Amino acid sequence: MSSAVVSTSAAQGRRFVFISEEGGEVCPQPSGAELFTEGLCTEGRPPQRAFSTATDARLAGVTPASRLAVRPVPEMVSSGIAAMDGLTGGLPRGCLTEICGPASSGRTTLLLAALAAATRRGECCVLVDASDALDPQSAAAAGIELDRLLWVRCGENSTRAEHRLEQLLRATDLLLESGGFGLIVLDLGDLPPQAARRIPLTTWFRFRRAVEHTPTVLLAVERQSIAGSCSSLLIKLGSIKPGPIRPRARMSEELMDSQFPPPSHAQVLTGLEITAELVRCRMDRKPVRSAEITFASRTAWAG
Amino acid sequence: MFACIFVPNFPVAAVFRAEPELRARAVAIFEGKSPLEKVFAVNESAGRVGIAPGMTKAQAELCSELTLRPRSPLQESVAHAALLDCAQSFSPCVEDAAADTVLVDLEGMESLFGMLPEIGRSLFRRAADLGLDGNVAVASNADAAMLAARGFCGVTVIPPGQEAESLGSLPVEVLFAGRGEGKDKEQKKESIRLLETLERWGVRDLRALAALPEVALSERLGQEGLHLQQLARGKASRTLVPVEEPAVFEEAIELEYPIVLLEPLAFLLNRLLEQICARLTARALATQELRLTLELQNLTGVDPQLDAFGIPSESDASPSETLPLAQHFISRRQSKFCRTLRLPLPMLDPKLFLKLLQLDLNAHPPGAPIRKIHLTAEPARPRSAQGGLFLPPSPEPEKLELTLARIAGLVGDARAGSLELLDTYRADSFRMRRFVPRVAPETKRREAVAENKSAVAALRRFRPPLRATVTIENGELMRMVCSKNKEVQGSVLWKAGPWRSSGDWWEREAWARDEWDIALQNADSIALYRLVHDLLGGSWFVEGSYD
Repeated sequence: MSSAVVSTSAAQGRRFVFISEEGGEVCPQPSGAELFTEGLCTEGRPPQRAFSTATDARLAGVTPASRLAVRPVPEMVSSGIAAMDGLTGGLPRGCLTEICGPASSGRTTLLLAALAAATRRGECCVLVDASDALDPQSAAAAGIELDRLLWVRCGENSTRAEHRLEQLLRATDLLLESGGFGLIVLDLGDLPPQAARRIPLTTWFRFRRAVEHTPTVLLAVERQSIAGSCSSLLIKLGSIKPGPIRPRARMSEELMDSQFPPPSHAQVLTGLEITAELVRCRMDRKPVRSAEITFASRTAWAG
Repeated sequence: MFACIFVPNFPVAAVFRAEPELRARAVAIFEGKSPLEKVFAVNESAGRVGIAPGMTKAQAELCSELTLRPRSPLQESVAHAALLDCAQSFSPCVEDAAADTVLVDLEGMESLFGMLPEIGRSLFRRAADLGLDGNVAVASNADAAMLAARGFCGVTVIPPGQEAESLGSLPVEVLFAGRGEGKDKEQKKESIRLLETLERWGVRDLRALAALPEVALSERLGQEGLHLQQLARGKASRTLVPVEEPAVFEEAIELEYPIVLLEPLAFLLNRLLEQICARLTARALATQELRLTLELQNLTGVDPQLDAFGIPSESDASPSETLPLAQHFISRRQSKFCRTLRLPLPMLDPKLFLKLLQLDLNAHPPGAPIRKIHLTAEPARPRSAQGGLFLPPSPEPEKLELTLARIAGLVGDARAGSLELLDTYRADSFRMRRFVPRVAPETKRREAVAENKSAVAALRRFRPPLRATVTIENGELMRMVCSKNKEVQGSVLWKAGPWRSSGDWWEREAWARDEWDIALQNADSIALYRLVHDLLGGSWFVEGSYD
């Protein structure tokens, strides 16, 4: 309260009279024992009432914490994989979602499934590809409607990760500013983690703010989580664990029963086993329980 | 009923349309070959300071506040086209009476545009919107409307039956105003002779001419005299000769000094785009293709790459299927630089067009000073889209086009768009198309959403493929090393293959390869890769990783 002391005389102690900003004379609420001392503020209005009126006026525009509205839960859309929808509830609109994992962990499978689901819903989607790594045949096999996918291939005539990263960030800024896309995917999957970590946190914060209150799902695919607390949903994929059986392969029963290892031409790669862990979910106002699922993907030729 | 739009002092009006900032100044238009240029037309301000047509350019230059401009047939033809657009925006039946005069048949227009005075005012406003300050007259016959437009300023409406009274105060010179402007010198001489005769008779205005006895007039001036009298009485009648609608809308500007920088070019382009969009708006049209032609001063210093593109043929693939979005060529003989901007949908936003042209010219500068600018717009019907409450989100076409142009400037022309698979077994065969999102029918969307697809294992490609060194023992792949990517190396834990394929053996780009799917043990994890042995070259490549 920016006021001036105008009087200090009192019978039993000092009395402070403040001039309010509106020019009225206001007595402050006394503290401690002075609260009940007689003779205080005998002139004019009762001090407590005056103070309460002024405070009420000042706090009129402030919503008390008890009445704060609960932030609306974002709309969730299908990620294209039923098991992932069961784990996370889908992908939230107006939020940043991170999918991270090492090579061959199934990041691209999830990415393409999300794009396929979004394009099947009739939405326009963008893939900002930092490494120009999209395989068109895989995209078509995943069921993406290619007419509705805008593919931005970064890194023309440059293999420098910094250059690709700069192009990716600028293109993303333009796309978010343009608006109207159902899903924007940033594919940082092949960039070295040390290069991806150079993206300032403020950039992620800006992306999050730009996508907030829009129907766009912003999805980042990377090796390690780099957006920090800006991401509303963080899914971590596990690598293929060392063990006797690596990929899901198919071979004839005679060969399986045989004591000799089957020849390579008798085997077919039929898919990957993907392990996904929900690390962070900020949609609910309760701490997320760490949950993990394992599901299988199939190759396009596996039938 | 007929209306006439007449633009007085048309050469000056055409210059004002191209350079609106000159309207407040004294301007004289000169023509002729140097050093014998003479003043051809002047505006009112120039007349007040003593400049008159017929003065030599050297004489006119003595006036310090005078702005001199050469007569530009190009600008006049563009202004004339704008005048026709103004008329054709009201009626399909329009006669091109002269460079500065158009006639409009208003039959049946009252139910669309209101009463006749309202139509006259609308024509006047529309002409002003297109940068032409003209006179508008409405009368029951075309010639009376034309005489009134040439004789009276502003908007004039002559009620039927009052033509003779209304036109009576006009001088007889107005009957000969449009004659002999071309190369027909005989007609001009005849007009001068008739005018002198009438002057000798003391006939100064149309009322006096209308009052002359017909037989006596016929005996002295023949059929020509009778025709002039019919005009003066407002009783001549004829049918209009309608002009055809233009196939393209063109605006052009001829520069006094060549410009080198793109920034001043942007100012001029903005003006041209606004004019062309105003004309298209007047005709309730939009455009899907803009063609910019720059006439260059010389070609010294032109990027030789520009010439390598050649002149694109008109029978190329359809515009929606090709990238880059714009094409350009430069011809050494004609010193012309052309850029074509093809839009996915009909649009009509001069700011958007300007931004797109700026981005395009930034990426492909002309490379020489610019002398003339031609801008052509192919007319198209405006798009009609019915918005739906439950349609999925999609970007606005105008914003999307601008965003795509900006992204193309960032990552390269052919590196942003939608992809199209090619009908071949060759690996990684696709082509980029321009991104034009299409809205799927609602029934199809519902079916697609209901469809539950399982996850499909995807390949991440390395572009270009990584060259690998493979260790083979007893015919088995044992180890693989990539010199360019240290992460892609290790001992082969599992493999499937080889799968042999080949194709295009009848062409120069034949290919034959063996493919393996392998699992590699890296330092801390296992990853799956596609390994390729090029049977023609003998090299090994890692094409991508399964992810």
